[in-house]
Amino acid sequence: MAKIKGAIVVDTERCKGCNLCVVACPLHVIELNAKQVNKKGYTFVHQVLEDTCNGCASCATVCPDGCITVSKVKVNN
Amino acid sequence: MTREEIIKPENLVYKKPSLMNDKAMHYCPGCSHGVVHKLIAEVIEEMGMEEKVVGVSPVGCAVFAYNYLDIDWQEAAHGRAPAVATAIKRLWPDRLVFTYQGDGDLACIGTAETIHALNRGENITIIFINNAIYGMTGGQMAPTTLIGMKTATCPYGRDVALHGYPLKVTEIAATLEGTAYVTRQAVHTVPAIRKAKKAIRKAFENSMNGKGSNLVEIVSTCNSGWKMTPQAANEWMVEHMFPFYPLGDLKDKE
Repeated sequence: MAKIKGAIVVDTERCKGCNLCVVACPLHVIELNAKQVNKKGYTFVHQVLEDTCNGCASCATVCPDGCITVSKVKVNN
Repeated sequence: MTREEIIKPENLVYKKPSLMNDKAMHYCPGCSHGVVHKLIAEVIEEMGMEEKVVGVSPVGCAVFAYNYLDIDWQEAAHGRAPAVATAIKRLWPDRLVFTYQGDGDLACIGTAETIHALNRGENITIIFINNAIYGMTGGQMAPTTLIGMKTATCPYGRDVALHGYPLKVTEIAATLEGTAYVTRQAVHTVPAIRKAKKAIRKAFENSMNGKGSNLVEIVSTCNSGWKMTPQAANEWMVEHMFPFYPLGDLKDKE
């Protein structure tokens, strides 16, 4: 059966760490980075689960600053 | 399959709209303004109106909207955006003209301009961001502040005897003859954002088809003004704002 795999790229310098994408993600693949901040001092989000993302783009849709770019691809097992 | 194999231009499904530039937005983290800016940019791109759109920016937090969307903008005096938009649309009927206003701008100092522009049936769209507070100036009480809601200028909560009732501008607009489409939306979840985008698209199309004036109210959060996290602000909005400002189309003249 074909499976959909996705991945996100976060513009970490633009991200303000508002956490809305973390809440919106149905598969809980995004988290705030606990140890790093960007140039403006905001904690930023990153993808923590590599294989789980299905590229639904919920995170990117709710992102107020448009920091997230989503790609997805169909994989045949 | 590795990340590098997935992240390729041909697999791209979502990116920041190209009309939104790379300037860092001055809005607070989690502010609804950013989402609405994105939706407007997406709708303009989908309609292919990039070169034929004029936005009118207000006074308030969105005063710098012209910095973030690469379209033609005109800054208006406080509350006067519908009057400026009226002039632009009458002189340039082939342009898509919209105003982007907050509740302090539209529902307080600009009430007269807003209601008369809507009542005249000017072919413009008014995007109304209602977060029940004056965000830019430090969280003072707005005409749309809910009864009992605490702000900097009503620290014990809005009292009807002292401050009167919240103003439902969208309900007023729905009763006016000149309006074609009056709706109230929100941008707190993915389905709500999709619906809000459809509403903005419909309003823009109506104004280009000469059907009359359009008002799209977006019930929004002001997490800094409300002194909450963005997530808690969204939950507070669902719990407290939606019962008083119910979502949905109030008027849709076919």
